Amino acid sequence: MKFLLLVHHDENAFSKMSETTRKEMLEKSVHLTHQLHNKGQYLSASPLHPASTAVIVRVREDKPLVTDGPFIETREQLAGYFLINANDLDEAVGIAVQVPGARIGSVEVRPLIEISGLPTEKC
Amino acid sequence: MSEDTLNKVRELVDTVYRTESRRILATLIRLLGDFDAAEEALHEAFAIAVEQWTRDGIPNNPRAWLVSTGRFKAIDGIRRRTRFDASLAELATQLESGIHDAQENPAESIDDDRLRLIFTCCHPALSPEAQVAMTLREVCGLTTEEIAKAFLTSPPTVAQRIVRAKAKIRKARIPYEVPSETALPDRLDAVLRVIYLVFNEGYSASSGESLTRRDLSAEAIRLGRLLMELLPDAEAMGLLALMLLHDSRRAARISRTGDLILLEDQDRSLWNRDQIAEGVALIGKAFASRQIGPYTIQAAISGFHSQVTHPTATDWPQIVSLYDLLMQASPSPVVELNRAVAVAMRDGPLAGLALIDAIFARGDLTNYYLAHSAKAELCRRLGRIAEAKAAYQQALSLTQQKPERRFLEQRLAGLQDHK
Repeated sequence: MKFLLLVHHDENAFSKMSETTRKEMLEKSVHLTHQLHNKGQYLSASPLHPASTAVIVRVREDKPLVTDGPFIETREQLAGYFLINANDLDEAVGIAVQVPGARIGSVEVRPLIEISGLPTEKC
Repeated sequence: MSEDTLNKVRELVDTVYRTESRRILATLIRLLGDFDAAEEALHEAFAIAVEQWTRDGIPNNPRAWLVSTGRFKAIDGIRRRTRFDASLAELATQLESGIHDAQENPAESIDDDRLRLIFTCCHPALSPEAQVAMTLREVCGLTTEEIAKAFLTSPPTVAQRIVRAKAKIRKARIPYEVPSETALPDRLDAVLRVIYLVFNEGYSASSGESLTRRDLSAEAIRLGRLLMELLPDAEAMGLLALMLLHDSRRAARISRTGDLILLEDQDRSLWNRDQIAEGVALIGKAFASRQIGPYTIQAAISGFHSQVTHPTATDWPQIVSLYDLLMQASPSPVVELNRAVAVAMRDGPLAGLALIDAIFARGDLTNYYLAHSAKAELCRRLGRIAEAKAAYQQALSLTQQKPERRFLEQRLAGLQDHK
Protein backbone atom coordinates (compact mmCIF):
# COMPACT_ATOMS: atom_id res chain seq x y z
CA MET A 1 0.00 0.00 0.00
CA LYS A 2 1.23 3.48 -0.85
CA PHE A 3 1.58 6.36 1.58
CA LEU A 4 2.54 9.94 0.89
CA LEU A 5 4.64 11.59 3.57
CA LEU A 6 4.19 15.35 3.38
CA VAL A 7 6.98 17.21 5.17
CA HIS A 8 5.97 20.59 6.59
CA HIS A 9 8.20 23.10 8.29
CA ASP A 10 8.59 26.75 9.20
CA GLU A 11 10.40 28.23 6.20
CA ASN A 12 11.68 31.27 8.11
CA ALA A 13 13.25 29.14 10.77
CA PHE A 14 14.66 26.82 8.12
CA SER A 15 16.24 29.65 6.14
CA LYS A 16 17.94 30.87 9.31
CA MET A 17 19.58 27.52 9.92
CA SER A 18 23.26 27.24 8.96
CA GLU A 19 24.25 26.06 5.49
CA THR A 20 25.98 23.02 7.00
CA THR A 21 22.90 21.97 8.96
CA ARG A 22 20.67 22.26 5.91
CA LYS A 23 23.13 20.26 3.83
CA GLU A 24 23.27 17.62 6.52
CA MET A 25 19.50 17.31 6.55
CA LEU A 26 19.42 16.92 2.79
CA GLU A 27 22.11 14.24 2.92
CA LYS A 28 20.16 12.37 5.58
CA SER A 29 17.03 12.55 3.48
CA VAL A 30 18.86 11.18 0.45
CA HIS A 31 20.34 8.46 2.63
CA LEU A 32 16.82 7.55 3.81
CA THR A 33 15.62 7.18 0.21
CA HIS A 34 18.41 4.69 -0.46
CA GLN A 35 17.57 2.72 2.66
CA LEU A 36 13.94 2.59 1.54
CA HIS A 37 14.97 1.63 -1.97
CA ASN A 38 16.94 -1.35 -0.66
CA LYS A 39 13.78 -2.60 1.04
CA GLY A 40 11.62 -1.99 -1.99
CA GLN A 41 9.73 0.79 -0.21
CA TYR A 42 10.94 3.81 -2.17
CA LEU A 43 8.75 5.22 -4.94
CA SER A 44 9.70 8.90 -5.17
CA ALA A 45 10.82 11.86 -3.08
CA SER A 46 11.81 15.49 -3.47
CA PRO A 47 12.32 18.71 -1.58
CA LEU A 48 10.32 21.71 -2.81
CA HIS A 49 11.35 25.31 -3.44
CA PRO A 50 9.93 27.73 -0.83
CA ALA A 51 6.21 28.51 -0.89
CA SER A 52 7.06 32.01 -2.22
CA THR A 53 7.78 30.35 -5.58
CA ALA A 54 4.33 28.79 -5.73
CA VAL A 55 1.41 29.72 -7.92
CA ILE A 56 -2.18 28.79 -7.25
CA VAL A 57 -4.38 27.77 -10.15
CA ARG A 58 -8.16 27.67 -10.04
CA VAL A 59 -10.64 27.19 -12.82
CA ARG A 60 -13.98 28.89 -12.27
CA GLU A 61 -16.67 28.81 -14.90
CA ASP A 62 -14.07 27.51 -17.31
CA LYS A 63 -11.86 30.52 -16.70
CA PRO A 64 -8.40 29.90 -15.30
CA LEU A 65 -7.43 32.09 -12.34
CA VAL A 66 -3.75 32.13 -11.59
CA THR A 67 -2.57 33.85 -8.42
CA ASP A 68 0.40 33.78 -6.15
CA GLY A 69 0.17 32.10 -2.80
CA PRO A 70 -0.57 29.95 -0.92
CA PHE A 71 -1.96 32.37 1.65
CA ILE A 72 -2.03 29.94 4.49
CA GLU A 73 -2.32 31.20 8.03
CA THR A 74 -0.21 28.45 9.48
CA ARG A 75 3.50 29.05 9.89
CA GLU A 76 4.41 25.64 8.50
CA GLN A 77 4.58 25.18 4.75
CA LEU A 78 4.93 22.11 2.57
CA ALA A 79 8.67 21.60 2.14
CA GLY A 80 8.97 18.22 0.44
CA TYR A 81 7.53 14.75 0.14
CA PHE A 82 8.31 11.02 0.16
CA LEU A 83 6.12 8.55 -1.69
CA ILE A 84 6.58 5.14 -0.12
CA ASN A 85 5.33 1.58 0.03
CA ALA A 86 4.38 0.25 3.46
CA ASN A 87 2.36 -2.69 4.71
CA ASP A 88 0.32 -0.67 7.16
CA LEU A 89 0.09 2.66 8.96
CA ASP A 90 2.48 1.67 11.73
CA GLU A 91 5.16 0.85 9.16
CA ALA A 92 4.54 4.18 7.39
CA VAL A 93 4.79 6.03 10.69
CA GLY A 94 8.00 4.14 11.42
CA ILE A 95 9.44 5.62 8.20
CA ALA A 96 8.01 9.09 8.87
CA VAL A 97 9.89 9.33 12.17
CA GLN A 98 13.14 8.83 10.22
CA VAL A 99 12.45 11.81 7.95
CA PRO A 100 14.93 14.55 9.01
CA GLY A 101 12.21 17.22 8.50
CA ALA A 102 10.19 15.62 11.33
CA ARG A 103 12.80 16.98 13.75
CA ILE A 104 12.17 20.60 12.86
CA GLY A 105 8.62 20.46 11.49
CA SER A 106 5.99 17.79 11.01
CA VAL A 107 5.29 14.92 8.66
CA GLU A 108 1.74 14.25 7.57
CA VAL A 109 1.15 10.61 6.64
CA ARG A 110 -1.56 10.12 4.01
CA PRO A 111 -2.72 6.81 2.55
CA LEU A 112 -3.15 6.86 -1.24
CA ILE A 113 -6.33 5.74 -2.94
CA GLU A 114 -5.33 3.06 -5.42
CA ILE A 115 -7.10 3.58 -8.70
CA SER A 116 -6.84 1.79 -11.99
CA GLY A 117 -6.36 3.30 -15.44
CA LEU A 118 -3.19 5.26 -14.65
CA PRO A 119 -0.11 4.94 -16.85
CA THR A 120 2.11 2.18 -15.41
CA GLU A 121 5.09 3.33 -13.42
CA LYS A 122 8.50 1.85 -13.90
CA CYS A 123 8.84 1.11 -10.17
CA MET B 1 -38.77 -30.43 18.54
CA SER B 2 -40.10 -29.42 21.93
CA GLU B 3 -40.63 -25.87 23.02
CA ASP B 4 -38.45 -26.74 25.99
CA THR B 5 -35.39 -27.61 23.90
CA LEU B 6 -35.76 -24.44 21.91
CA ASN B 7 -35.87 -22.34 25.08
CA LYS B 8 -32.85 -24.12 26.49
CA VAL B 9 -30.85 -23.51 23.34
CA ARG B 10 -31.91 -19.86 23.26
CA GLU B 11 -30.78 -19.46 26.83
CA LEU B 12 -27.43 -21.06 26.08
CA VAL B 13 -26.94 -18.92 22.99
CA ASP B 14 -27.69 -15.83 25.09
CA THR B 15 -25.12 -16.88 27.66
CA VAL B 16 -22.52 -17.60 25.01
CA TYR B 17 -23.28 -14.22 23.44
CA ARG B 18 -22.76 -12.42 26.74
CA THR B 19 -19.54 -14.17 27.65
CA GLU B 20 -17.96 -14.91 24.28
CA SER B 21 -19.23 -12.50 21.63
CA ARG B 22 -16.39 -9.98 22.11
CA ARG B 23 -13.77 -12.72 21.84
CA ILE B 24 -15.41 -14.11 18.73
CA LEU B 25 -15.64 -10.64 17.22
CA ALA B 26 -11.95 -10.00 17.89
CA THR B 27 -11.01 -13.17 16.03
CA LEU B 28 -13.42 -12.52 13.17
CA ILE B 29 -11.94 -9.04 12.68
CA ARG B 30 -8.53 -10.63 12.24
CA LEU B 31 -9.80 -13.34 9.92
CA LEU B 32 -11.92 -11.04 7.77
CA GLY B 33 -9.75 -7.94 8.04
CA ASP B 34 -12.74 -5.66 8.47
CA PHE B 35 -14.75 -4.47 11.47
CA ASP B 36 -18.14 -4.21 9.77
CA ALA B 37 -17.86 -7.55 7.97
CA ALA B 38 -16.85 -9.16 11.26
CA GLU B 39 -19.82 -7.69 13.12
CA GLU B 40 -22.22 -8.84 10.45
CA ALA B 41 -20.68 -12.31 10.47
CA LEU B 42 -20.91 -12.43 14.26
CA HIS B 43 -24.62 -11.76 14.24
CA GLU B 44 -25.28 -14.19 11.42
CA ALA B 45 -23.38 -16.92 13.25
CA PHE B 46 -25.45 -16.43 16.40
CA ALA B 47 -28.68 -16.45 14.41
CA ILE B 48 -27.72 -19.72 12.72
CA ALA B 49 -26.65 -21.17 16.09
CA VAL B 50 -30.19 -21.01 17.52
CA GLU B 51 -31.54 -22.91 14.54
CA GLN B 52 -28.79 -25.45 14.11
CA TRP B 53 -28.07 -26.23 17.75
CA THR B 54 -31.74 -26.95 18.33
CA ARG B 55 -31.71 -29.41 15.45
CA ASP B 56 -28.27 -31.00 15.73
CA GLY B 57 -27.35 -30.46 19.38
CA ILE B 58 -24.78 -28.20 21.02
CA PRO B 59 -21.29 -28.37 19.46
CA ASN B 60 -18.35 -29.36 21.65
CA ASN B 61 -16.72 -25.98 21.33
CA PRO B 62 -19.44 -23.36 20.76
CA ARG B 63 -16.92 -20.54 20.38
CA ALA B 64 -14.92 -22.30 17.66
CA TRP B 65 -18.17 -23.27 15.95
CA LEU B 66 -19.33 -19.65 15.95
CA VAL B 67 -15.98 -18.37 14.63
CA SER B 68 -15.91 -20.77 11.70
CA THR B 69 -19.63 -20.35 10.94
CA GLY B 70 -19.27 -16.57 10.96
CA ARG B 71 -16.26 -16.82 8.72
CA PHE B 72 -17.88 -19.13 6.18
CA LYS B 73 -20.96 -16.94 6.12
CA ALA B 74 -18.83 -13.87 5.42
CA ILE B 75 -16.95 -15.60 2.60
CA ASP B 76 -20.28 -16.84 1.20
CA GLY B 77 -21.57 -13.30 1.23
CA ILE B 78 -18.50 -12.02 -0.60
CA ARG B 79 -18.80 -14.85 -3.17
CA ARG B 80 -22.42 -13.91 -3.80
CA ARG B 81 -21.42 -10.31 -4.36
CA THR B 82 -18.62 -11.28 -6.79
CA ARG B 83 -21.33 -11.70 -9.39
CA PHE B 84 -21.65 -7.92 -9.32
CA ASP B 85 -18.10 -7.00 -8.45
CA ALA B 86 -15.34 -9.19 -9.85
CA SER B 87 -12.64 -7.61 -7.69
CA LEU B 88 -14.14 -9.40 -4.69
CA ALA B 89 -13.30 -12.84 -6.07
CA GLU B 90 -9.66 -12.43 -5.15
CA LEU B 91 -10.61 -11.36 -1.63
CA ALA B 92 -12.83 -14.42 -1.14
CA THR B 93 -10.06 -16.76 -2.31
CA GLN B 94 -7.58 -15.00 -0.07
CA LEU B 95 -9.87 -15.32 2.96
CA GLU B 96 -10.54 -18.98 2.22
CA SER B 97 -6.89 -19.85 1.79
CA GLY B 98 -6.13 -18.69 5.30
CA ILE B 99 -8.69 -20.99 6.89
CA HIS B 100 -6.45 -23.96 7.62
CA ASP B 101 -3.58 -22.22 9.32
CA ALA B 102 -5.95 -20.03 11.33
CA GLN B 103 -7.82 -22.97 12.81
CA GLU B 104 -4.78 -24.81 13.95
CA ASN B 105 -4.49 -23.18 17.31
CA PRO B 106 -7.70 -21.30 18.02
CA ALA B 107 -7.34 -21.24 21.82
CA GLU B 108 -3.89 -19.71 21.70
CA SER B 109 -4.64 -16.96 19.25
CA ILE B 110 -7.88 -15.86 20.86
CA ASP B 111 -6.19 -13.89 23.66
CA ASP B 112 -3.93 -12.24 21.11
CA ASP B 113 -6.96 -11.25 19.11
CA ARG B 114 -8.49 -9.49 22.10
CA LEU B 115 -5.23 -7.60 22.66
CA ARG B 116 -5.07 -6.72 18.96
CA LEU B 117 -8.58 -5.35 19.21
CA ILE B 118 -7.71 -3.21 22.24
CA PHE B 119 -4.56 -1.81 20.63
CA THR B 120 -6.31 -1.05 17.36
CA CYS B 121 -9.22 0.71 19.10
CA CYS B 122 -6.71 2.78 21.12
CA HIS B 123 -4.44 3.56 18.15
CA PRO B 124 -2.96 7.07 18.40
CA ALA B 125 -4.05 7.79 14.81
CA LEU B 126 -7.63 7.94 16.16
CA SER B 127 -8.84 10.93 18.15
CA PRO B 128 -9.16 10.38 21.92
CA GLU B 129 -12.97 10.53 21.67
CA ALA B 130 -12.90 7.94 18.90
CA GLN B 131 -10.56 5.71 20.92
CA VAL B 132 -12.98 5.76 23.85
CA ALA B 133 -16.04 5.15 21.66
CA MET B 134 -14.36 2.32 19.73
CA THR B 135 -13.12 0.64 22.91
CA LEU B 136 -16.53 0.75 24.58
CA ARG B 137 -18.30 -0.37 21.41
CA GLU B 138 -15.96 -3.08 20.14
CA VAL B 139 -14.13 -4.35 23.22
CA CYS B 140 -16.90 -3.92 25.81
CA GLY B 141 -19.87 -4.42 23.49
CA LEU B 142 -21.77 -1.33 24.65
CA THR B 143 -24.36 -0.02 22.23
CA THR B 144 -24.03 3.38 20.59
CA GLU B 145 -26.99 4.56 22.70
CA GLU B 146 -25.33 3.42 25.92
CA ILE B 147 -22.08 5.19 25.04
CA ALA B 148 -23.94 8.37 24.09
CA LYS B 149 -25.86 8.34 27.36
CA ALA B 150 -22.73 7.78 29.41
CA PHE B 151 -20.91 10.66 27.72
CA LEU B 152 -23.93 12.95 27.55
CA THR B 153 -23.77 13.21 23.77
CA SER B 154 -26.23 12.18 21.10
CA PRO B 155 -26.26 8.68 19.60
CA PRO B 156 -25.70 10.06 16.06
CA THR B 157 -22.52 11.81 17.26
CA VAL B 158 -21.17 8.59 18.74
CA ALA B 159 -22.25 6.59 15.69
CA GLN B 160 -20.46 9.04 13.42
CA ARG B 161 -17.30 8.85 15.52
CA ILE B 162 -17.35 5.06 15.23
CA VAL B 163 -18.05 5.08 11.48
CA ARG B 164 -15.19 7.54 10.90
CA ALA B 165 -12.81 5.56 13.09
CA LYS B 166 -13.60 2.34 11.23
CA ALA B 167 -13.11 4.09 7.90
CA LYS B 168 -9.76 5.39 9.07
CA ILE B 169 -8.70 1.94 10.28
CA ARG B 170 -9.57 0.55 6.86
CA LYS B 171 -8.30 3.33 4.62
CA ALA B 172 -5.11 4.29 6.44
CA ARG B 173 -4.57 0.60 7.16
CA ILE B 174 -4.18 0.85 10.91
CA PRO B 175 -2.79 -2.61 11.66
CA TYR B 176 -4.64 -5.21 13.71
CA GLU B 177 -1.59 -6.10 15.72
CA VAL B 178 -0.09 -6.04 19.16
CA PRO B 179 2.65 -3.37 18.77
CA SER B 180 6.29 -4.35 18.46
CA GLU B 181 8.37 -4.38 21.63
CA THR B 182 9.90 -0.96 20.91
CA ALA B 183 6.52 0.69 20.39
CA LEU B 184 4.76 -1.21 23.17
CA PRO B 185 5.40 1.13 26.15
CA ASP B 186 3.96 4.17 24.33
CA ARG B 187 1.06 2.28 22.88
CA LEU B 188 0.27 0.68 26.25
CA ASP B 189 0.22 4.16 27.78
CA ALA B 190 -2.47 5.11 25.27
CA VAL B 191 -4.55 2.08 26.23
CA LEU B 192 -4.18 2.82 29.94
CA ARG B 193 -5.16 6.44 29.29
CA VAL B 194 -8.37 5.36 27.54
CA ILE B 195 -9.29 2.99 30.37
CA TYR B 196 -8.61 5.66 33.01
CA LEU B 197 -10.61 8.21 31.05
CA VAL B 198 -13.59 5.85 30.94
CA PHE B 199 -13.21 5.23 34.67
CA ASN B 200 -13.02 8.92 35.52
CA GLU B 201 -15.98 9.75 33.32
CA GLY B 202 -17.92 7.20 35.34
CA TYR B 203 -16.46 8.25 38.67
CA SER B 204 -16.99 11.98 38.36
CA ALA B 205 -19.30 12.96 35.58
CA SER B 206 -18.11 16.18 33.95
CA SER B 207 -21.51 17.81 34.27
CA GLY B 208 -25.06 17.08 35.22
CA GLU B 209 -26.92 15.83 38.24
CA SER B 210 -25.41 12.45 38.87
CA LEU B 211 -21.90 12.38 40.29
CA THR B 212 -21.22 8.73 39.54
CA ARG B 213 -22.16 6.76 36.51
CA ARG B 214 -21.42 3.39 37.96
CA ASP B 215 -21.67 1.44 34.75
CA LEU B 216 -18.77 3.26 33.14
CA SER B 217 -16.49 2.77 36.14
CA ALA B 218 -17.43 -0.89 36.33
CA GLU B 219 -16.72 -1.20 32.61
CA ALA B 220 -13.31 0.45 33.07
CA ILE B 221 -12.45 -1.92 35.92
CA ARG B 222 -13.51 -4.85 33.74
CA LEU B 223 -11.27 -3.52 30.96
CA GLY B 224 -8.41 -3.08 33.44
CA ARG B 225 -8.76 -6.69 34.56
CA LEU B 226 -8.87 -7.91 30.97
CA LEU B 227 -5.75 -5.95 30.04
CA MET B 228 -3.87 -7.19 33.08
CA GLU B 229 -4.85 -10.75 32.28
CA LEU B 230 -3.68 -10.40 28.69
CA LEU B 231 -0.61 -8.28 29.35
CA PRO B 232 0.54 -8.38 32.98
CA ASP B 233 2.50 -5.11 32.91
CA ALA B 234 3.27 -3.29 36.19
CA GLU B 235 1.42 -0.13 35.15
CA ALA B 236 -1.62 -2.16 34.09
CA MET B 237 -1.63 -3.53 37.65
CA GLY B 238 -1.13 -0.04 39.03
CA LEU B 239 -4.05 1.34 37.06
CA LEU B 240 -6.35 -1.49 38.09
CA ALA B 241 -5.31 -0.96 41.73
CA LEU B 242 -5.95 2.78 41.44
CA MET B 243 -9.43 2.24 40.01
CA LEU B 244 -10.32 -0.38 42.62
CA LEU B 245 -9.19 1.87 45.47
CA HIS B 246 -11.15 4.87 44.18
CA ASP B 247 -14.15 2.70 43.54
CA SER B 248 -13.96 1.19 47.05
CA ARG B 249 -15.02 4.58 48.45
CA ARG B 250 -18.00 4.97 46.17
CA ALA B 251 -20.63 4.31 48.84
CA ALA B 252 -18.95 6.69 51.29
CA ARG B 253 -18.23 9.45 48.82
CA ILE B 254 -21.73 10.73 48.32
CA SER B 255 -24.37 11.44 50.95
CA ARG B 256 -27.95 10.26 50.71
CA THR B 257 -28.89 13.67 49.39
CA GLY B 258 -26.31 13.37 46.61
CA ASP B 259 -23.67 15.61 48.18
CA LEU B 260 -19.95 15.09 47.91
CA ILE B 261 -18.20 13.95 51.10
CA LEU B 262 -14.47 14.64 51.53
CA LEU B 263 -12.09 11.79 52.25
CA GLU B 264 -11.51 12.94 55.83
CA ASP B 265 -15.26 13.10 56.55
CA GLN B 266 -16.18 9.78 54.97
CA ASP B 267 -17.65 6.91 56.98
CA ARG B 268 -14.80 4.47 56.50
CA SER B 269 -16.95 1.49 57.47
CA LEU B 270 -18.70 1.97 54.13
CA TRP B 271 -15.50 1.41 52.18
CA ASN B 272 -15.40 -1.80 50.19
CA ARG B 273 -12.79 -3.92 51.99
CA ASP B 274 -12.53 -6.54 49.24
CA GLN B 275 -11.68 -3.94 46.64
CA ILE B 276 -9.13 -2.36 48.98
CA ALA B 277 -7.49 -5.72 49.68
CA GLU B 278 -7.31 -6.50 45.97
CA GLY B 279 -5.94 -3.04 45.17
CA VAL B 280 -3.29 -3.15 47.89
CA ALA B 281 -2.15 -6.61 46.79
CA LEU B 282 -1.80 -5.35 43.22
CA ILE B 283 0.29 -2.38 44.38
CA GLY B 284 2.62 -4.82 46.16
CA LYS B 285 2.98 -6.84 42.98
CA ALA B 286 3.56 -3.76 40.83
CA PHE B 287 6.22 -2.40 43.22
CA ALA B 288 7.91 -5.82 43.29
CA SER B 289 8.38 -5.60 39.50
CA ARG B 290 10.58 -2.51 40.06
CA GLN B 291 9.03 -0.83 37.04
CA ILE B 292 7.05 1.74 38.91
CA GLY B 293 5.08 4.26 36.92
CA PRO B 294 2.62 7.07 37.65
CA TYR B 295 -0.48 4.84 38.00
CA THR B 296 1.23 2.61 40.54
CA ILE B 297 2.43 5.62 42.55
CA GLN B 298 -1.03 7.17 42.57
CA ALA B 299 -2.47 3.83 43.62
CA ALA B 300 0.07 3.62 46.43
CA ILE B 301 -0.98 7.09 47.67
CA SER B 302 -4.60 6.02 47.58
CA GLY B 303 -3.64 2.78 49.33
CA PHE B 304 -2.13 4.67 52.26
CA HIS B 305 -5.47 6.41 52.79
CA SER B 306 -7.39 3.16 52.43
CA GLN B 307 -5.47 1.34 55.10
CA VAL B 308 -6.02 3.72 58.01
CA THR B 309 -9.24 3.53 59.97
CA HIS B 310 -9.19 7.17 61.08
CA PRO B 311 -7.98 10.22 59.12
CA THR B 312 -5.80 11.43 62.01
CA ALA B 313 -3.73 8.26 61.65
CA THR B 314 -2.80 9.10 58.04
CA ASP B 315 0.92 8.82 57.34
CA TRP B 316 1.38 12.24 55.69
CA PRO B 317 5.20 12.16 55.53
CA GLN B 318 4.96 8.90 53.50
CA ILE B 319 2.29 10.40 51.26
CA VAL B 320 4.40 13.52 50.62
CA SER B 321 7.34 11.34 49.64
CA LEU B 322 5.16 9.39 47.21
CA TYR B 323 4.09 12.71 45.67
CA ASP B 324 7.78 13.60 45.35
CA LEU B 325 8.23 10.34 43.45
CA LEU B 326 5.19 11.12 41.30
CA MET B 327 6.58 14.58 40.50
CA GLN B 328 9.65 12.81 39.09
CA ALA B 329 7.71 10.17 37.17
CA SER B 330 5.02 12.43 35.74
CA PRO B 331 5.29 16.09 36.76
CA SER B 332 2.19 18.27 36.30
CA PRO B 333 0.57 21.23 38.06
CA VAL B 334 -2.26 18.98 39.31
CA VAL B 335 0.25 16.62 40.94
CA GLU B 336 1.93 19.68 42.42
CA LEU B 337 -1.39 20.84 43.86
CA ASN B 338 -2.04 17.48 45.46
CA ARG B 339 1.46 17.48 46.87
CA ALA B 340 0.82 20.95 48.32
CA VAL B 341 -2.27 19.65 50.13
CA ALA B 342 -0.28 16.73 51.55
CA VAL B 343 2.50 19.13 52.64
CA ALA B 344 -0.15 21.25 54.37
CA MET B 345 -1.22 18.17 56.31
CA ARG B 346 2.36 17.36 57.25
CA ASP B 347 3.78 20.85 57.93
CA GLY B 348 0.69 23.00 58.49
CA PRO B 349 -1.59 25.09 56.22
CA LEU B 350 0.87 27.97 55.74
CA ALA B 351 3.42 25.69 54.03
CA GLY B 352 0.75 24.28 51.72
CA LEU B 353 -0.66 27.70 50.88
CA ALA B 354 2.77 28.98 49.83
CA LEU B 355 3.06 26.09 47.37
CA ILE B 356 -0.42 26.70 45.89
CA ASP B 357 0.26 30.42 45.54
CA ALA B 358 3.48 29.58 43.71
CA ILE B 359 1.50 27.46 41.20
CA PHE B 360 -0.97 30.33 40.63
CA ALA B 361 1.90 32.82 40.32
CA ARG B 362 3.22 30.81 37.38
CA GLY B 363 -0.20 31.12 35.75
CA ASP B 364 -1.03 27.42 36.15
CA LEU B 365 -4.37 25.98 37.35
CA THR B 366 -6.05 29.39 37.54
CA ASN B 367 -9.12 27.86 35.85
CA TYR B 368 -9.12 24.68 37.92
CA TYR B 369 -11.82 24.86 40.59
CA LEU B 370 -10.15 22.32 42.86
CA ALA B 371 -7.05 24.53 43.14
CA HIS B 372 -9.15 27.46 44.39
CA SER B 373 -11.15 25.18 46.64
CA ALA B 374 -7.92 23.80 48.17
CA LYS B 375 -6.61 27.33 48.69
CA ALA B 376 -9.90 28.34 50.35
CA GLU B 377 -9.69 25.41 52.72
CA LEU B 378 -6.14 26.29 53.79
CA CYS B 379 -7.08 29.98 54.26
CA ARG B 380 -10.03 28.91 56.38
CA ARG B 381 -7.77 26.82 58.60
CA LEU B 382 -5.49 29.82 59.00
CA GLY B 383 -8.46 31.99 59.99
CA ARG B 384 -8.09 34.16 56.86
CA ILE B 385 -11.83 34.23 56.25
CA ALA B 386 -12.02 36.96 53.61
CA GLU B 387 -9.42 35.21 51.45
CA ALA B 388 -11.14 31.88 51.96
CA LYS B 389 -14.45 33.37 50.86
CA ALA B 390 -12.95 34.86 47.70
CA ALA B 391 -11.29 31.56 46.81
CA TYR B 392 -14.49 29.55 47.30
CA GLN B 393 -16.36 32.03 45.12
CA GLN B 394 -13.69 31.69 42.47
CA ALA B 395 -14.01 27.89 42.65
CA LEU B 396 -17.80 28.13 42.33
CA SER B 397 -17.49 30.19 39.18
CA LEU B 398 -15.41 27.40 37.61
CA THR B 399 -17.55 24.27 38.05
CA GLN B 400 -20.90 23.31 36.53
CA GLN B 401 -21.32 20.02 38.34
CA LYS B 402 -24.25 20.24 40.72
CA PRO B 403 -23.03 18.12 43.66
CA GLU B 404 -19.70 19.93 43.60
CA ARG B 405 -21.42 23.32 43.47
CA ARG B 406 -23.57 22.34 46.45
CA PHE B 407 -20.46 21.27 48.32
CA LEU B 408 -18.74 24.62 47.66
CA GLU B 409 -21.88 26.56 48.58
CA GLN B 410 -22.08 24.72 51.90
CA ARG B 411 -18.43 25.48 52.62
CA LEU B 412 -19.05 29.12 51.79
CA ALA B 413 -22.12 29.22 54.04
CA GLY B 414 -20.01 27.61 56.80
CA LEU B 415 -17.60 30.52 56.56
CA GLN B 416 -20.37 33.04 57.01
CA ASP B 417 -21.46 31.27 60.22
CA HIS B 418 -17.87 31.50 61.30
CA LYS B 419 -17.94 35.29 61.28
